[in-house]
Amino acid sequence: MTEPHVHVAGVDGAPPFPEAARAALADAQLRHNLGHATHTIRAKRAKVVAELPDWEALREAGRALKERVLRHLDAHLVELEAAVVRAGGTVHWARDADECNRIVGDLVAAHGATEVVKAKSLTTEEIGLNEALAQRGIHAWETDLAQLIIQLSDDTPSHILVPAIHKNREQIRELFARTLADAPADLSDDPRALAETARRHLRRLFLETRVGISGVNFAVAETGTVSVVESEGNGRMCTTLPEVLISVMGIEKVIPTWQDLEVYLQLLPRSSTAERMNPYTSLWTGTTDGDGPRAFHLVLLDNGRTNVLADEIGRQTLNCIRCSACLNVCPVYERTGGHAYGSTYPGPIGAILTPQLTGLAGSLPYASSLCGACYEVCPVKINIPEVLVHLRREEVRREAQAPASWRERVSGEHAAMRALARVFANRRLYEAAQRAGRVGQWPLVRDGRIQHLPGSLAGWTSMRDLPPVPSQSFREWWRQRP
Amino acid sequence: MTGRRQPPARAALFITCFNDTMFPQTGRAVVALLERLGVGVEFPLEQTCCGQMHFNTGYADETIPLVRRFVDVFGDSEVVVSPSASCVAMVREYYGRVAQLAGDAGLARAVEELSPRVLELTEFVVDRLGREDVGAFFPRRVTYHPTCHGLRMLRVGDRPLRLLRAVQGIEVIELPEAEECCGFGGTFAVKNADTSIAMLTDKVRTILDTGAEVCVAADNSCLMHIGGALSRQRAGVRTMHIAEILAATADD
Repeated sequence: MTEPHVHVAGVDGAPPFPEAARAALADAQLRHNLGHATHTIRAKRAKVVAELPDWEALREAGRALKERVLRHLDAHLVELEAAVVRAGGTVHWARDADECNRIVGDLVAAHGATEVVKAKSLTTEEIGLNEALAQRGIHAWETDLAQLIIQLSDDTPSHILVPAIHKNREQIRELFARTLADAPADLSDDPRALAETARRHLRRLFLETRVGISGVNFAVAETGTVSVVESEGNGRMCTTLPEVLISVMGIEKVIPTWQDLEVYLQLLPRSSTAERMNPYTSLWTGTTDGDGPRAFHLVLLDNGRTNVLADEIGRQTLNCIRCSACLNVCPVYERTGGHAYGSTYPGPIGAILTPQLTGLAGSLPYASSLCGACYEVCPVKINIPEVLVHLRREEVRREAQAPASWRERVSGEHAAMRALARVFANRRLYEAAQRAGRVGQWPLVRDGRIQHLPGSLAGWTSMRDLPPVPSQSFREWWRQRP
Repeated sequence: MTGRRQPPARAALFITCFNDTMFPQTGRAVVALLERLGVGVEFPLEQTCCGQMHFNTGYADETIPLVRRFVDVFGDSEVVVSPSASCVAMVREYYGRVAQLAGDAGLARAVEELSPRVLELTEFVVDRLGREDVGAFFPRRVTYHPTCHGLRMLRVGDRPLRLLRAVQGIEVIELPEAEECCGFGGTFAVKNADTSIAMLTDKVRTILDTGAEVCVAADNSCLMHIGGALSRQRAGVRTMHIAEILAATADD
């Protein structure tokens, strides 16, 4: 058996975060669009969450349930498979992106289809399903409005919930007028007119396409019921109108019982769209004669998730229900947007999920000031700062083991941090270093401030002064006080 | 309720390496404030650094000896007070994890026993001394920035604001979007300097909008970051640690 090859779309060849961020930060339109959108949704979320007196208890329930599921994930998945099969569905197991894409492609081909309609699904984005299908001559139509915008503009999503958050309505009007044949000549940027144009385009697709593809928000092990939660109803069109439905789910999306939905169907919409209840919650169990698809396939995807599960601290990342609340409150995401994260999964959750799926930390765990706003809003209490710091440690260890030249190893951060640790471990060295800093800073101090630092510290003084080290440390003062 | 308790007669000051070296005036202010409130201050000279920078940057293994050192230095203290919310958060939130990484059950027990006694300055004054009016006088317009680790890890809440509002002569102006991070984040400010500066620019804008002449916080690291931009922009607004305001009296 070959080793699984974990692949997350966007990761290959993505520039390091600081580099990608620099470009995004300079885009005034993007900054304006994102700033407006994140602040609006942030305020709305705070309002609907404040309505629930038991919000903290709900969060704890959401976390505890996921923790229990992950502890017995194998058993829950096998139970889910049995229940889905019992209800007339078929279950497939995919170890990685390639295997999943092959399974889905084979299923579409077996039904003789060359087109599919898709409900919005991050998991199929993660594995690059559309591109894989295209290689087999199968065109996947995105039907979520924002996802459609992304597809038509040949872009990639920049937000988990609102993939086109970086675009404003004038940009969308221009796109529809250019790419949709049935767009009226005098299309305005009124949201209603834009939605109507998309609606006409999509209705035709829903009625003509024989295979639908969706992701999965929750799958109930005891009943085999699969659920998709959405706002537009286009997802429900995809899961009910076609003859064949293929749903792709990450293995962490299983929940044990129907009753557990109660917790997540309260947590998810309030955290995600700041709604008390989302407009469309579709639930289906296998197939039913004369109602909905005649064939249902559920593909269970690993693609690195079992690696995450194996890590005691990182494991909580699999609690994620993809609400995107952490993106909306993140001061980094708000300014850089999602593309800077170079992955299907942007924002704070992406900064911990992508490195764990791929096994390569890189620059993402450092893309945070550790302000903790993400942890505070997370409906399943993922301690994102804790995992970020944990992944930084893994990156430091990886770097230390990497074959680097002697010069790189002694000149870099590692050497400086180790030297500092030795200084802090010894009072005499520490006090000597305080004095040395005071003496050694003289070439840098001008008019009582430091305006230029050398080397890797120059980033600080690009826009910030630094105060000079004062002539007397606190401890020196303490020792000589009467 | 906690104010009813007999206030501790003595407290050990954990000044933090950063304040010791860069902001000694904050330490002097803490000593003046606590002594005025009747607390005898001890300063164990063997203390150095809590290890926060190492831990947060990914050098957890290098943090282990610093955790041991902290426990050795402060283990016998009845209460440890520090004018840095983020260093206190390091001790209370992450020392247990470091002890776990070290695989040292004894250290883990010592950390568990000590860390609840490590308090941020405003927690100590409000909760343990039961004081909000500390007899300070500071006739200036100030605005208060709640730093992230104080806000979200220690949950100091409005304690610093209650202390500030009780200062005579002061005018406290509310900072818009106060809970937004200033963009410091330790090594983040250097590793992701551009993003950090974008965050800082917004923070400075809200500070300047208040018309305050002093920006106050309970953590000098964030203040050095904010102050660095105010200084570079020649904004004419200073930064001050809350201890320095609480220590100020009409006699100064």
